[in-house]
Order: sequence, then C-alpha cells, then structure tokens
Amino acid sequence: MISAFFIFNQKGEVLISRLYRPDVRRSISDVFRIQVISSSDVRSPIITLGSTSFFHVRINNLYLVAVTKNNANAALVFEFCYRVISICKSYFGKVDEESVKNNFVLIYELIDEINDFGYPQNSEIDTLKTYITTESIVSSQIAAEESSKITTQATGATSWRRGDVKYKKNEAFVDVVETVNLSMSAKGTVLRADVDGHIQMRAYLSGTPECKFGLNDKLVIDKSERGAIDAVELDDCRFHQCVRLNEFDSTRTISFVPPDGEFELMTYRATTNVKLPLRVIATVNEIGTTQVSYVLVVKTNFGNKLSATNVVLRIPTPLNTTSVDCKVQNGKAKYVPEENVVVWKVPRVQGGQELSFTATAHLTSTTHRQVWARPPIDVDFQVLMFTSSGLIVRFLKVFEKSNYHSIKWVRYLTKASGSYQIRF
Amino acid sequence: MNVFARAAPKKGENFELRADLNSEYRDKRKDAIKRVIANMTVGKDVSGLFPDVLKNMQTEDIEQKKLVYLYLINYAKTQPDLVILAVNTFVKDSDDSNPLIRALAIRTMGCIRVEKIIDYLSGPLQKCLHDENPYVRKTAALCVAKLYDLKPELVLENGFLEQLHDMISDSNPMVVANTVTALSDIHIAATSQPSTSSSDPAIFVITSTILNKLLIALNECSEWGRVAILSALARYEAQDEKESEHICERVVPQFQHVNGSVVLGAVRVIMIHMRGVRREELTRQLVRKMAPPLVTLLSSPPEVQWVALRNINLLLQKRSDILSNEMRVFFCKYNDPLYVKVEKLDIMVRLANEHNVDALLSELKEYASEVDVDFVRRSIKAIGQAAVKIDAGAERCVNVLLDLIATRVSYVVQEAVVVMKDIFRRYPSTYEGVIPTLCANLEELDEPEAKASLIWIIGEYANKIDNADELLGIFVDTFTEESYSVQLQTLTAVVKLFLFKPDTSQAIVQRVLNTATKDCDSPDVRDRAYIYWRLLSTDPGAAKSVVLAHRPPISLPRTTVAPALLNELIGEISSLASVYQKPAETFIGQGRIGADSMQRKGTDPADDRPSTQKALQTVVAGQQSENLLDFDDDPASDQPTGLAATQVLQQTPAAANLLAGTSSNPLDDLVSIFGNTSVASPTAPQQNAFGGLGGLGVGSPALTPVSQVASPASANPQEDLLGLF
Repeated sequence: MISAFFIFNQKGEVLISRLYRPDVRRSISDVFRIQVISSSDVRSPIITLGSTSFFHVRINNLYLVAVTKNNANAALVFEFCYRVISICKSYFGKVDEESVKNNFVLIYELIDEINDFGYPQNSEIDTLKTYITTESIVSSQIAAEESSKITTQATGATSWRRGDVKYKKNEAFVDVVETVNLSMSAKGTVLRADVDGHIQMRAYLSGTPECKFGLNDKLVIDKSERGAIDAVELDDCRFHQCVRLNEFDSTRTISFVPPDGEFELMTYRATTNVKLPLRVIATVNEIGTTQVSYVLVVKTNFGNKLSATNVVLRIPTPLNTTSVDCKVQNGKAKYVPEENVVVWKVPRVQGGQELSFTATAHLTSTTHRQVWARPPIDVDFQVLMFTSSGLIVRFLKVFEKSNYHSIKWVRYLTKASGSYQIRF
Repeated sequence: MNVFARAAPKKGENFELRADLNSEYRDKRKDAIKRVIANMTVGKDVSGLFPDVLKNMQTEDIEQKKLVYLYLINYAKTQPDLVILAVNTFVKDSDDSNPLIRALAIRTMGCIRVEKIIDYLSGPLQKCLHDENPYVRKTAALCVAKLYDLKPELVLENGFLEQLHDMISDSNPMVVANTVTALSDIHIAATSQPSTSSSDPAIFVITSTILNKLLIALNECSEWGRVAILSALARYEAQDEKESEHICERVVPQFQHVNGSVVLGAVRVIMIHMRGVRREELTRQLVRKMAPPLVTLLSSPPEVQWVALRNINLLLQKRSDILSNEMRVFFCKYNDPLYVKVEKLDIMVRLANEHNVDALLSELKEYASEVDVDFVRRSIKAIGQAAVKIDAGAERCVNVLLDLIATRVSYVVQEAVVVMKDIFRRYPSTYEGVIPTLCANLEELDEPEAKASLIWIIGEYANKIDNADELLGIFVDTFTEESYSVQLQTLTAVVKLFLFKPDTSQAIVQRVLNTATKDCDSPDVRDRAYIYWRLLSTDPGAAKSVVLAHRPPISLPRTTVAPALLNELIGEISSLASVYQKPAETFIGQGRIGADSMQRKGTDPADDRPSTQKALQTVVAGQQSENLLDFDDDPASDQPTGLAATQVLQQTPAAANLLAGTSSNPLDDLVSIFGNTSVASPTAPQQNAFGGLGGLGVGSPALTPVSQVASPASANPQEDLLGLF
C-alpha cells in the first residue's frame, strides 16, 4: 500500500503531494530530494532508507514518487505510477512540469479518486472521464441521477462501458500495431528479434455489443480449422480487462463487450519467424586515429507495393569527432555533435529499393586513447499494411440485440523506435 | 496604528487570499481556494485560513468541495477545534442524493484523523456500508480500515468487522475486492501488535467458503481488486490436494492480464498452491504456462521489468526449468538502464548451458566493450561464472578473456585476471598456457584484488613458471607498500615457490618472512608469516602438506539465499521483500530483530557459528553507509543493521576485501595444519566456520575465488560450505 505520492520537478521542488496514510509526514519529501534528486549516482528505482521505501519513476524530468512503509507490492506500485502517467497523458496530453503545474487541481482530484488509503481504485480512463472532467460539475438532481449511473458503471461487472451508447453508423476500427525489436551482431546474425504487438480498437457500436475476435494465431486455429498454412505462433498474449480470460483459457476464443471508443484490446509477443522489414549492412572502419569511414546499405524486405516511411537511422560517431562528411542519395544526413551521432532521415522507401550511405568522420587527436565503445546503429521506421509477425485479423463479429449491421476496418502497421539496433 | 493589534496582518498573500475566500463572487472564491492548495503543496503554511476555507465547504460545485476537503485533510490536525464546524456538512453530504458526494464525504471523513470527527463517523459509516450504491459501499469498506487504524475499539463496538465479513458476499465484485483489502489491512495492523491473540476478531481467517467467493470475484473485478484478491489467496491454506488444484486452475487465466502486478500476483498464488499439487503433469503444465507471461513482463517499463527480473531470479532458484530455452530474451538492450542490465546478466548466467554458451559469450564480449565500468566488470565476471559452470565451454571462455586482455584497457585486464584465477581454481593445470600472457600484464595491475589474484596464480604454478622468483621479487620489493590482501598472497606465493624450488629461492623467502614479521603492521600478515616460518623451520614436510594441500574444487552455487528463506520469498513474489531478496522484517521493522531472524534462516540451527556471525556483523557495521542501496541512511529513521546489508555488501569491492580479511585469519592455517579431516572435527567449531568462508587452502587465495564465484552466497556461509565439500 502506498503511504504517500509526490511529483517533483528536476530541481526537487514538490509539485504535487498527497499523503494517503498517516504513517509518513510531509517532510519525507525532503529526504527523497536530498537522497535521490540531489544524488548523482542513483542505481535503483527503489530506495529504502531506514524503514521507508521510495519508488520512483522518471518522465520528462519529473519524478513520480510513491512512498511506502511496509513490504509493499513493488510491481503494483510501479504499475500505479505508470497508470498515473497514462491518465495524465490522456487528460492533458504531455506530462511535464508545466502541464502538471497548470493542471494541479485536476491531478489532485484524480489521485484522490484512483487511490484510497494507499490502495489503488478504479483507474479506467474512460470511466474516470465521465465524472472527473475539466469542466466543473454542478451538483443537482439531474447530476445525481447521472452520477448514480456513473458509479454503478464504475463498480459494475462491465465497469468500462455505459449501457446507453447510440451511434447512427456502427463502426469498429482495428489497428494492429507491431513494434519490432532487433539486435543484430556485427557479423549480421540476429541475436534477438521479437515483436511486441498491440491491437488497438476504436469501437463506435450502439448498445451492449458482444464481440468475437479471431486471428491467424496457431493456438486459435488448432481448435477451429486444421491445416491453415499462414498461422503464426504467438508466445504470449495479454488482454484488456473486458476480454473474458476464462473463456480464452478454455476455448481460445477472444470474446468481449468493448468499451466505448478507443482502447487496447490485446498485446502479444511473437519471436518465431519475425520478418525484418529493413536490413542494414554496415561497414565501419577506423583509419588510424584520425578518421572513421562508414559504408551503410539499407535493403528493404517487403513487397513493391508497400513502403517504409519516416526512416531515421542514428549512426554513432566517436566522442572526439569534429566533423563528418556524408554522402547520401536519398534523404538527408546530418551530424549532431551533442549526441555523437549522424542522423540520416529518409521520408519514404519503396519496397525493393536500396539505400546507401557513405561518410567519413574526422577525429581530433586525444592524449589518452580510449577504445570507442561502438554503440549500435539505431533504426526507426514505419511500414503500413505489414506485420512482422505475419499476424492477420481473420474476423471480428459483432452481436447485438437489435442486430444492426456494423462496418469493420482493419489496419496494420509495423514500426520500430529505439529498439531496432544493429551493431557494427 | 495600535501596537497591540492582534488581528491578522493586513498585508501579504494570506491577507489577500482571505479577502478572496470571503468574496461574494463564486469564481473568485474558487480561484482563491486553488491558490491556497497551491501554496499548501509547495509547503507554505496556510493553516491560518482554516475558517475562511471552511466556509466554502457548502457548495454545489463538486470540484470546489474536493479542494476544500483536500485542505481539511491536511490541516485538520492543526485546528482540531475548528474541524467540528465541518462535521455538519460531512454528515449532510453522507446523506446526499448523489452517490459521488456520499462516497466523497465518507472517504474524506476517514482521512481526517481528529478525535472529534471520528466520533461522528460511526453513524454515517454504518449507513454507507449498506448503501444501495456499490460505489459508496466500496468506499465505506475501506473507511472501516481507516477507522481501525485510528481507533480499533470503535470498529469492534459498532460491529463493523462483522459487517465487513458479510460484505464478502456482496453482489458487486469491486465491493468484494475492497472488503478483502480492508480486512487484510486490519489483519496486518492487528498482527503487527505483539499482544494479539489468535482469537482476536481482527484476524482475517480465510475459510473455504470465503475462498469460493474470492475465486468468483477474481474474474470480474478491476485489476487492482484482482491484486488484492490474489494476495488474499496467497495467504489461504488449502485443505487438500483437490483444493490446491482448483485454486491453480482458477488463477492461471490471470497470467494473460495486461497489468504486470496481476501477472506476478498470479505467479505468486500458483507457486504457493503448487506445493499442494502432487500430479506431475499438472505441475509441469503450470510451469509451462508461467514462462511466457514472465517473458512478456520484459517489455514493460524498466521499473516493472526490474521487479519482474528480480522475481524471475528467485523463481529460477526454486525451479530452474521455468525459462530453460529463453536465454536470448534476457540479452541486454543498449539503452536498458543499468539496474536492468545487471539483473539480466545474472539471469543469463543462470540459464547458461552447453548449448547456448556460444551465444552467451559473444554477447558478454560485446558488453565488455561498453562504457559503464561497473557493467563491464560484471560482464567479465559473468564470463568467469559461465566458465566455472559449464565445463564444455570453459575453453571458449578463456579465449574470450584472452581477447579482452589484449584490449589492454586497464579495468578490463584487471577484472579478467581476477576471473582467470577462478578458472584456474576450477580447472587446475588446464590452462597453463595462458600464464605468460597474464604475467605480461603485470605492470598494468594496480587494484589489490587483481594483483592478489595474479600473485596467487604465480604461486600456484611456481614450479612451471621459470621466472617466478623474479616476478614475485617485484612484489617482495614493494611489500610494505601493498595492501594487506596483496601482502598475504605474496607471502603464501613465495612460500609455495620455496617449497617447489628450495634451492633457488632460499633468499627470497628469508627476505619476505623478515619483512612480514618485522615491518608489517597487520597482525594477520605477521601471524601468518610466523606460522610459515615455524612450519618451515621445524618440519618442511608438514609445511609442504599444509601449504600445497589439495584444494576442493569450486562451483557456482545454484541459490543465493538459504532454502528456508527462498521458500518464504517465493511466497512473497512481487513484494519488496522479493525484490531485495531478504525477509521483510529486515527493512520494515526494527533492524536488529530482522537481522537475528535472518541469521536463524541463513544458518543451520544445529550449527551455531558465533564467530562467523560476529565477523559478518562487523563487516556490516563497517559498511553501514553501504546498506541496502548504497545510500546514506536517513538519520531520522531506524537503521537496518545486521546481516540485512551483507547481501548488497558482497557486491562491493570493499566488502570483498573485508570478507577476504575474515578468511585470512590465521585460524585458517591452523585448521589446515591438522589436515583436511580436522575441518569436521567437533573440537574446532569456530575454525570450521572460517574454513567454510575461506576455503581450505592455507593460502587464503582459496577464499578469494569463493567470494568471487560464489559471491552472491556470501550472506550464507552454509552454502559455501556445501559448495566446497
């Protein structure tokens, strides 16, 4: 259980402070400021001083800190901190010092609602938004009826959905978003490649629809139809709380009553047969102590009709680089001295196309020669209508009492940001 | 101006705020309240505005009401007499037609810890516990726990506990979850009182009827509610095998939940109730189902990942088969935070086997070229651990180490030398070809541990190194300037050299014994020198059998915590205790009590080893500032003392030295004089303990490998002993 919750800025000033339990005093925030924020060497997200433990999460130079005095559930505390972040994001966009200062009343209201006596309470963003709004609510008879509904919903078995939703046009959008993680050795062997997938759904469906969802997942397919060739193997999947886990466990069907609007239906992980959309072949040579030469070739690994967009390669240079001469045919390459990288941006790469990059970095001579650590090349990109895992949505069925017709849309996107790394 | 004026100052921010709080315009008043709250947050004292803020409590505007309540919670204690003015509004609000307001009133009243308010709380609370609206009921349930914390008698008098027990059967899963939370909270509060008897009504006993209700609510309530229910299930003691199986089957679906704490909570329940499952097949199935969700936790944010990794580390000690094919997922990403990387390294070594050792090595070699010195050292250490663990891979490990030594980066070379010594210890006389390369780097070494390691290697192979006397001579020349661990090693190595080549090294042994006994200020070094001297002068044969005694091989311990403790920690998965891998009492209660119980768990009760414990405690005392997470202790709070800190300790070089210091105790040598058998001799129980720590060799280098390779185990000498024999 959480005894207190604080938000600090980078200087260690308290922006938000809320004590949930009487076992800590407000002054405990000073201890954290002195021991963590002012300390240069913090090597753990949990710090225990005496019998008080501080759990902290950093975001945009803010510290979110939960304080406990007992053998707390560490995973729960961190999940709670991240939940606070995602709620704040959804209420006022960016979470930084300025936005926290501007919205402190709202934040107080929120953290009062989602935690009582140190125990997290309902923190479903959609539900919260129905009764904690940026507009002030005036209590009246009508409001009372309304909130009666809200509270029933907030505690009900389908706490995520109101019953009286109505749409003229019933539509459901499914976005399959895959993030590819790659680390490739200098020799070009794949050390690890896996896919973190999210299935994002936007449901604009009237009433209380019952949805059934099907993928070309091996586990599901084994049950229903034998011999499907395009089946993919998912290592693990996790579902939004609306999905009936029991049913999935016994029959492998994904059935649920969706929340209204946007939500993350499921996340999954796949490690077998990961298709890598881009291949980067890098040759980097240190010539003497004054020069480093780079030759990079980027090859695409998807059909001609598809294309990768927003391709950004971050190519590390030694710390003592003075200037870099780059030659590229596509896009723009620029040396960014403060980060010690050359950033090469290509807005669009068609399937089958090949990109090349050559550069020479000039180094200053240093007195003591330290070996260059050679951080990996990092590649960011997006490929629409492509899934690295090969996952396909096979069906989405909507059943509702009134038996209306609904339109479903499916989109696929594979991307990498910060985790597609090639060593050289 | 009247000098006696007692009225509030007419200037300043508080004055303005007061004026605004009493403004006739609603917006202005609300804005003023916001400013008051802002001042309160940054720590300015705005308690003087209490009556003015209180006036704004009666309002239609929920947001304003919440702000006033927030203010009240903060300052009620400072103005206990004025709080009474708020009671009326609270009681009225708890009867409001709007459930949100009813819940808000009852929630806030519970947070105001003033006697006067509490007396008025019982009535509204009684009503709210039976409210038709589940939202109010779930808030009221927690309020009972708040009240118990403040005034337990009142809870008992009003029969709130019985009502809570009834509420476990509530139709609403969220109410059930909060009721369980409240009952558990009260249970913890009650059991932490030493005087609590088992018949105390506050004790929350989970019966099989309650169990079934919990299992039903589990699938329907919110994520946090699930965590609460899962931790209640973890406390339940199954009546028979069937019930254990039933619980496991009902909990397994929670592995698929998106919230990491639910997943770990489910893992905890399964690990506990799996003990009652005797069907092999079911156990295997449960373990198999556990692996993927654990791996998935690695794509969580780094902090959650770290908690998961610490727990995976524990789980692997209990069941090494859980993630046997998953080593690759633990490869470090370049931008992982250091604390995640370190944990991953440890797990990688745990999962290493003959088949994946190649992949592991190329990965570790990669890490060894990274920037962070600490991480690089740990990576190199991991290479050594892999070598000790996997016979078939040892040669490849040695080759990688040689590559690393060739980089000539100082800290890489030093760490590699230390690691090489462990490998020599594990595989005697196998890699002698490497020695010249190591000796070539003699000049590079400036850390005591690396020096000591190299000297030990030279001493051990003195008969095969032609210029051993020359090399050791370098250290003998600077003997008095070296640190004690290096001096001890030099002493032993020279004596070994003499025993191997008595003809050529008479002079050097004379010289070192002279210096050590006359010019050295460490009693340990002097004592050891005297013992050698007498041994050599009375019976060179005995000296030979003592100094060149056969050393038992070292091995990598499978566990870093004692079995009893491990079982306890497995039962606390996802909690702070499992993250720190030590019992909760060591960091939440009074430190010393915790340390004592830790010792009880860490050692065999039959084997009382006061000296070991004393030694370890001295180490801890000396390292107080290093405790827990290398932070200075909060001077205001209790310091966790005792063995609690040793676990962290062994990771620091200082601790290694200190531990080396323990082992270099001359008792070591005495033990060995009686030959290996004497270790088991009941006449020397104390030495036994030291032997365990120090390895058996007379030359205490034996210790260094142990503290190295078995480093995680140093908190638990028992394990070392097992490892050695």
